[in-house]
Amino acid sequence: MKQKLTQSFLQYAGLLGVLLLLIAVFSLSSKNFFQTQTLVTIANSNPDLIFVSVGMTLVLIVAGIDLSVGSLLALGSAVIGVLMVRHEWSLPAAFLVCLLVTGLCGLFNGFVSVWFSIPSFIVSLGMLEMARGGTKVITDSQTMYIGSRVEAFGEPLQWVPLSPAFLVAVMAVIAGQFLLTKTVFGRYCVAIGTNEEAVRMSGIRTAPITIAAFMILGLLCGLASLSQTSRLSSADPNAAIGLELSAIAACVIGGTSLMGGRGSVVASFIGVLIIAVLQSGLAQLGVEDAIKQLITGAVIITAVLLDALRVRWGKKSG
Amino acid sequence: MTKRYGNVTVLRDVSFGLRGGEIHALLGANGAGKSTLCKMIAGLTEVTAGSMRIEGEVYAPHHKQAAESAGVQIIQQELNLIATLTVAENLLLNRLPSFAGIVSSRALHRQARAALDRLQLDDVDTHAVVSELGVGHRQMVEIAAALARECKILILDEPTAALSGSETQLLFDQLRQLRDRGVGMIYISHRLDEVKRIADRVTVLRDGRHVGTETAESMSTDQMVQRMSGGLADERPGGEIRHHARAPEVSADESDHRKDSTVLAVEGLCCGMVRDVSFQVRTGETFGIAGLVGSGRTELLRAIFGADRAESGRVCIAGKPPTRFAHPSQAVAAGLAMVTEDRKQNGLLLQQSIRCNTSLSAMFKRFSRFGLITPMREATVAREMCRAMETRCTGIEQSVGTLSGGNQQKVAIAKWLTRDADVFLFDEPTRGIDIGARRRIYELFDELASAGKGIVIVSSDLDELMETCDRIAVMSAGRLVETRERSLWSEDAILQASFAGHRTKNFRV
Repeated sequence: MKQKLTQSFLQYAGLLGVLLLLIAVFSLSSKNFFQTQTLVTIANSNPDLIFVSVGMTLVLIVAGIDLSVGSLLALGSAVIGVLMVRHEWSLPAAFLVCLLVTGLCGLFNGFVSVWFSIPSFIVSLGMLEMARGGTKVITDSQTMYIGSRVEAFGEPLQWVPLSPAFLVAVMAVIAGQFLLTKTVFGRYCVAIGTNEEAVRMSGIRTAPITIAAFMILGLLCGLASLSQTSRLSSADPNAAIGLELSAIAACVIGGTSLMGGRGSVVASFIGVLIIAVLQSGLAQLGVEDAIKQLITGAVIITAVLLDALRVRWGKKSG
Repeated sequence: MTKRYGNVTVLRDVSFGLRGGEIHALLGANGAGKSTLCKMIAGLTEVTAGSMRIEGEVYAPHHKQAAESAGVQIIQQELNLIATLTVAENLLLNRLPSFAGIVSSRALHRQARAALDRLQLDDVDTHAVVSELGVGHRQMVEIAAALARECKILILDEPTAALSGSETQLLFDQLRQLRDRGVGMIYISHRLDEVKRIADRVTVLRDGRHVGTETAESMSTDQMVQRMSGGLADERPGGEIRHHARAPEVSADESDHRKDSTVLAVEGLCCGMVRDVSFQVRTGETFGIAGLVGSGRTELLRAIFGADRAESGRVCIAGKPPTRFAHPSQAVAAGLAMVTEDRKQNGLLLQQSIRCNTSLSAMFKRFSRFGLITPMREATVAREMCRAMETRCTGIEQSVGTLSGGNQQKVAIAKWLTRDADVFLFDEPTRGIDIGARRRIYELFDELASAGKGIVIVSSDLDELMETCDRIAVMSAGRLVETRERSLWSEDAILQASFAGHRTKNFRV
């Protein structure tokens, strides 16, 4: 058991090292950075990316990809906005419909790509456009202000400065990691991403497993919608454009393979934190947006390079 | 022209001569070394020892381009066309007519047309994309591509496998024209009647050795088969390692576990090239399927297992209603297990651990409760399996891809032992693995038989089948042509039967 703990710590040591290094560097170069307030702000402004990255990790592990997550988030947010503002629904009821919609969209992505053997890249690219279009249709392309009725989920709690959204996101990380490593479903996901044909020839139906991974991502997009909506107090039809790239980047920084079969939800979570710390640290230093983008890109490539080298060294020594 | 080779593992000291303007057939059973010999001539594999000369000059190609520039072309069994390009582009791929890097479309299609016309392929459009063509046409286009290049030596490996009778006739006309122009051709085929028709001389290989070269006229097809099998009184090289502890108790053993109840019945199964196959396997029986490579044995197992959807026929497993499996999961649920031929492609998760691979098939059934994995039991069983199969590894967490072939195969089998089944299908269970692993797998066959399981083994290794099976069936051109008790078979007879489907014309559908 002790050995297992050290093992899992070592697995994340590299990533945690990078995260701590970033925090250290920013703390030294900007005296305002290392404060509870800064770290809390970082945590509270990123639960949507965490939710999406948890699901994206699963989808990448089954050797799929979903580009539509940003649009799904906006669509879910629009559903909440329309139901609450125009139809005076309560938040829980509106949120349930939002989950239903994003879950079905994820199901659609998975079903179409698995059933008709179309690369999920293409299917979800189509969904990216469709969901964004749908969002604009139901909101008339207007940002819908909802107000204080949705804000509670995104605001800090009284006894701890973290928002419920962040805490639920952390719970999603734990649940996702549990699902991946402790359940038959998770094992099948890894196996399918490694060699789907071998899994099929082992007498296992792979289609429902893969489709379920996409659907779970869809549902998590719904949670991300709620988190985003409550933080902005409104439903913005242009929200989360490019979110899919941030989510994929976080997973890849965490060591998830785009070829499938390898990945960890916890590592993706640390990947999100690395991106978030980098963004907010650079902002505090007063770095221009253009330079911020440049550095973020370089960090992503460096992370993947390091991971590739690690795999190569591991092969040699193993 | 003379070519000589020395001690290559699959080819031992073979000398082979090809004259200009002759068609020289190369015959041999599975693994006799025909393909290896041709690959060496075509520069696809290195020669270990020995030398080759073309027209008196030393010829040592290190790659295909070198062979081509020396005038050697090969048409292989697998189609080498690029499916997304047009016929014309494929025909002239390595010498597209161009000016300043821009392909001249008109010249391209004119030259391609000329190449096709030589084979009277009027119905093939040079603008057609290859993936739109049927298999027969693709084969003809490939042959046209080889013929379009200037060559002195042309190697054809089973060129007629996908061709219809009239296409074959056209091909033969072409080959005869080439012969008259002085091109030397090496022709490999299992269809002995074709060899009789087209070849001038015949060379027979057996177990990597040169058996003899004679004119085609002086040899009957029966004699050809006899040469390939080496007759009845043949000492088997390497046979001694395969004799294992079965011999003395055979009779006692058999009466013991043969309860004469059928555990697997296949009735009239058709799937692709598999035509109307029926057989039965009793509990505790080991049933072997012999046949030439490409005779449909793997396809048969896949059809039984539901990996490919059978068109008609029924599969019945003891105590269950007869069906036709549409997905391997149904077959596994009914009590079938299948160890696949290509373990890397569809048998194992190479990047995953021995533990993961061992438990995969039985994950839900044995290692979970309410969908949660029971890791302790999983690890215990994986360790037990490693011990039982004598898998050499650093531990159950070692990734399967780093194991040797034999140990990989043990893991692939352990996966099914963990799941347990009534009938085990083995496709080439010992191909490419070491003697130790092979012996362990043979012992396992006995253990499974004693436990009353039905076992089906497809193998190209006749010694293996003779050694392990109670009954052996021979498959030829998609059909089961003959089934006998092991003691009633000789290697010669098996080989005779293997060619049965190829010797009668119009046998193929």
